[in-house]
Amino acid sequence: LSSPFSQSLRLVAPIGNRSTRGIHQLGGAVDPESSQKKRRTMLQYLSDHFYDVEFLRGYFLQNKMDKVHQKNRFRDKEWIRPDKYGHFSQEFWNFSEVPVEAVDASDCAINYEGLENLHLLKELQSLSLQRCPHMDDWCLSRLYPLADSLQELSLAGCPRISERGLACLHHLQNLRRLDISNLPSVSNPGLTQILVEEMLPNCKVVGVNLAEGLKLGPEEQPQDTDRPIPA
Amino acid sequence: MLPRVLSLGVRRGPLTRRPGTLRGGFSLDWEEKLSEIKKKIQSVLPGTSLHPLYDSSHLPPDHSDVVIVGGGVLGLSVAYWLKKLEKQRGALRVLVVERDLTYSQASSALSLGGIHQQFSLPENIHLSLFSASFLRNINEHLAVVDAPPLDLQFNPLGYLWLASEKDAAAMENNVKVQRQEGAKVCLMSPDQLRNKFPWINTEGVALASYGMEDEGWFDPWCLLQGLRRKVQSMGVLFCQGEVTRFVSSSDRMLTKNQKEVKLKRIYEVHVKMDNSVEYQPVECALVINAAGAWSAQIAALAGIGKGPPDTLQGTKLPVEPRKRYVYVWHCPQGPGLESPLVADTSGTYFRREGLGSNYLGGRSPTEEEEPDPENLEVDHDFFQDKVWPHLAQRVPAFETLKVQNAWAGYYDYNTFDQNGVVGPHPLVVNMFFATGFSGHGRQQAPGVGRAVAEMILEGRFQTINLDSFLFSRFYLGEKIQEDNII
Repeated sequence: LSSPFSQSLRLVAPIGNRSTRGIHQLGGAVDPESSQKKRRTMLQYLSDHFYDVEFLRGYFLQNKMDKVHQKNRFRDKEWIRPDKYGHFSQEFWNFSEVPVEAVDASDCAINYEGLENLHLLKELQSLSLQRCPHMDDWCLSRLYPLADSLQELSLAGCPRISERGLACLHHLQNLRRLDISNLPSVSNPGLTQILVEEMLPNCKVVGVNLAEGLKLGPEEQPQDTDRPIPA
Repeated sequence: MLPRVLSLGVRRGPLTRRPGTLRGGFSLDWEEKLSEIKKKIQSVLPGTSLHPLYDSSHLPPDHSDVVIVGGGVLGLSVAYWLKKLEKQRGALRVLVVERDLTYSQASSALSLGGIHQQFSLPENIHLSLFSASFLRNINEHLAVVDAPPLDLQFNPLGYLWLASEKDAAAMENNVKVQRQEGAKVCLMSPDQLRNKFPWINTEGVALASYGMEDEGWFDPWCLLQGLRRKVQSMGVLFCQGEVTRFVSSSDRMLTKNQKEVKLKRIYEVHVKMDNSVEYQPVECALVINAAGAWSAQIAALAGIGKGPPDTLQGTKLPVEPRKRYVYVWHCPQGPGLESPLVADTSGTYFRREGLGSNYLGGRSPTEEEEPDPENLEVDHDFFQDKVWPHLAQRVPAFETLKVQNAWAGYYDYNTFDQNGVVGPHPLVVNMFFATGFSGHGRQQAPGVGRAVAEMILEGRFQTINLDSFLFSRFYLGEKIQEDNII
């Protein structure tokens, strides 16, 4: 009289002198008597735990629905924010296969090496880099791998970005909205906005008041007299 | 013991009187006395240059461990890395001798200022990548207390090299090498080119390679001034003067095959002041030749190249000055803000400058059309005949343009294989070269400076291996040809 569990064990792990029988059993030449035993034991097991078949089907359906909900739990939700101590929840690590749609790195001290991390986000649609103190022209030249998906970019208030860096945004052909307000290093904001609009025809460029560039009188620029070539 | 005492008494000591002074008469030997006094003072205070009779503050010092001939971007970069990598602070005394401190003819100041990694040699690619990361972090490297940060005005738009049918295979190979070494370059077909840059006429173009990152152009004058400021703050002495003579000692040695070789060692450099005959002999341990277009003259002063041809003694330094023109024009309908530095199949190149539709560009002349490097006069007919037709053919908008300005500068052109010479000379043992980069010296200056400093301080190249750039290749005839030179 063998218990159901030792029967199943023998099926799975043939050891020692039982090897020949084990191979026969695994090879598919299963004698019908033991498989019936297996079915009977599983049925026994199920009937012990579930009330009836409909209940079982409901259980499986509920499992599947839970899985789908788990996958879509961020669909209409807001941003994942750090708590008041600046820490992100540890659960975040479980969501590594969920594609990231938007990143808000405003006021963040992200630099040239850090932007490499954004290259892996193949479905990034919106990127906000407002008031980042270390963002400069070199960093903007690192944004080209996001060209396929990026639709919205905001660079407002970054102190080091100039019109030379803005010129290398021409790779981002899917961009629909670009915010370049309040960039102190850009020498001529009105003219820059016009040239950037020419460069990216499908994009709406916001942030510059075009009347700002019009001054009443010409302003004298200090000449660097050491230069051999006039600048 | 007794013989020793006796011998002590018989031998003349320092306190015995000279003959002729026994009866009280003296011989006035003023010069000898003065030089004796000077030697005594110098032995007590080594390293100071004490001239009790005349003012020598305008002259360079009497001694210097390293003398760098040439104060352009390569010379300053070597000085910077020597001071940065020296083991103990103040261990090396470095003197930079520059003939013209206004840099009116220096190639560093007059260049177009571009940096790119699209070379065919891996060493060149590494040098450019190193220099790009140096320039990116320039305010950490060249920070001086209480001085404003440097603004290089870097424009990261990249280089676009166009290749015709016959060069397309070579370009593909080069791009493979570049990608392997870590440069971010992408290849484009004529259709993709037209999509991206609609102002290009792609007739005759089979393939194009476009640098995506770490490529572009910057302000070379700013780099020069930044290096100068930092190097002065690190304790390097500057001197405006011209090197007129090297005094060296030589050593005859026998090789394995019993052939005689004469090894020279420069121990004194004569630096002549401007507009005068006054010169100062500077005692030195090492001399670095970073004189750019005039390196061959400096090498000839050291005796490099004096000997029968086809021997190591007779191999000259094959660097000559070549004149190149840069023109500035205005074209209102020209390419937009996103245009990179375009290098055409015909050797013409141009780039946009600023927001106002101004463009800079030029063309490298072929061997027959080489202009006379006697002076830096600009030949405007060269633009009309040789540059404009190619420009107009490649970019139809350039058919109407107006030239605003033009200037000329020298390339320190290496006639052997257009690549730099780095490292010591095999016979003049303490002369190091850092020259001959034929138009891409300034973009590789940080890397080359570091390589020379490592060679001096450690004895071998550590960061980037430039063994194939040594002088001995001129004698052995091993050319390392670089294809992508403009």
